[in-house]
Amino acid sequence: MTGTTPPSGGPTGPPADRVVRLGGGQGYYGDGYAGVAPLLDAGVDYLVCEALAELTLAILQKDRQRDESLGYTRDLPLYVAAALPYLVDGRTRFITNAGGINPIAAGRAVVDGLRAQGVRGLKVATVVGDDLRAHSGHLDLPDTTLFASVYLGATPIVEALDAGADIVITGRVADASLFLAPLVHEFGWAADDWDRRSAGVTVGHLLECSGQVCGGNYSGEWWTHGDFTDPGFPIAECRADGTAVITKPEGTGGLVSFDTVREQLMYEVHDPAAYLNPDVTADFTSVRLTEVGPDRVEVSDVRGRPAPATYKGLVCTPAGWSGEVRLAYGWPDAEAKARAGMRFLRRRADQLGVAVEEWHEEYFGVNALGGPTVDLASIDAAGREPAEVLARLVWRCDERAEAARLGREAGLLGLAGPPMVTPFGRTRDTGPSQLLALEAIAVERGLVDPGVRVAVEEV
Amino acid sequence: MATVQLRDLCGVRSGDKGDRSDLTLFADDEATYRAVLDAVTPEVVAAHFGDLVTGPVERFEVPNVLAVKFVLHGALGGGGPRSLRSDNLGKTLGGALLRLVVDVPDEVAAASPRRGRRAPVDRTPIS
Repeated sequence: MTGTTPPSGGPTGPPADRVVRLGGGQGYYGDGYAGVAPLLDAGVDYLVCEALAELTLAILQKDRQRDESLGYTRDLPLYVAAALPYLVDGRTRFITNAGGINPIAAGRAVVDGLRAQGVRGLKVATVVGDDLRAHSGHLDLPDTTLFASVYLGATPIVEALDAGADIVITGRVADASLFLAPLVHEFGWAADDWDRRSAGVTVGHLLECSGQVCGGNYSGEWWTHGDFTDPGFPIAECRADGTAVITKPEGTGGLVSFDTVREQLMYEVHDPAAYLNPDVTADFTSVRLTEVGPDRVEVSDVRGRPAPATYKGLVCTPAGWSGEVRLAYGWPDAEAKARAGMRFLRRRADQLGVAVEEWHEEYFGVNALGGPTVDLASIDAAGREPAEVLARLVWRCDERAEAARLGREAGLLGLAGPPMVTPFGRTRDTGPSQLLALEAIAVERGLVDPGVRVAVEEV
Repeated sequence: MATVQLRDLCGVRSGDKGDRSDLTLFADDEATYRAVLDAVTPEVVAAHFGDLVTGPVERFEVPNVLAVKFVLHGALGGGGPRSLRSDNLGKTLGGALLRLVVDVPDEVAAASPRRGRRAPVDRTPIS
């Protein structure tokens, strides 16, 4: 492999030598964007921003309930603004699923924003067709459905790029397909070229979580490689044969190594031999990762099989309300006091007849996160006592008002409960929080595909 | 055989999908990979997590990157937006898996580059 390759900026040589550079600029709604500018400076042909976790659509649904013109991720303008000089120069194109559950409104906002800045000549594409509520009759969706979305593949994005779009905004498209699409557009990989499509999805999977492939959340020696305030976001240098080198902009923090890349390769994939994507079934047990230089890992030998027969859909319904109390107890006997305090509240709920469907208790400093994996017997036997314990009691009720009733009772613990207790932090609780159930469903492709549309608007 | 905590043998990455926790252990060489396969069975993982996990535990072998993956069903209190847990996505459960104590061949325990590796604690005040 060559050491460094300048941005291709489109076809510049024989296909085998062409390198298309993808940048992973976002891993979720709320991600920091400090890593985006270095990506653009280093030169990427495509800046790809993945904004939608399973949970994100639920957040956006609440926005849309308040205002029909919302329902997309509100930080989208920040990314457009960062990329704008590069978009205008034709150096970079921008792909994102930030449209959430309202890609039309997102596209509108971007177009209006560009016009307001006097930008001319950019093409903005919007992809729709992922909203399953249009098919509620066929799918037997519950009446209480808050949103229902299907994970679309790369095809409509490829269509938008073929039409010359500089900016492509989608709703729910499978994360990795956002990255596969520009490679299909650039290299013309056939619809049944499963190995290369699998290679593209592998690259997408590696880049879709921004800094997480570059040493973020790394379980190895995270403390030895650079500054988190100057994060390295990932670049993939991709070739027509399906091979790619994962790297990051020079001078940024983090690390790209065999170890950091394999941690991301395995992230949330379940069966590594059958990573299901709308465009291909990828086999990550075939992948070869090779360190080819400092912060450079080559990805090769990727095998794939035909895509699943159905699309994956997600259906979201309300699942009640949670209320909670958090209190900090100091040494001595901190755990004993914390547990006694929470037990008091539990009994108080019975006295008041609060209709609680589910209880959950956590003791930070004891075993709140580790649960049964923490060997409390050995800790007790060693006579170790935590310096402080943070108690958290959570309950689920069907109704919001019911969930709110018990929180008021925690006041008694301030003056009439076990000693040395204090609130935790200065931020006030905002009251009960709505819980949501997500169900994954299989959706016939024939139901969805006719409704997938790409609209391209020139600013 | 030597008794070691997985912390001194493996890397780990935690993820989630729905109500499932997806945890992967990473070995640094073939011998460690084999030792992890022998010692860390789905049954051992299920017992380790106890009532934190309500469903079955599946295991997948990924020899090309020396990884052993576990999918824990019913591990997140109903799934991210439904769970009452602080760690509703199970981001810390990989660490909980590293707490497991296993028996491995002496040479595997002795050779592990992760043995005794600890992050330095910087207690300098931040202001």
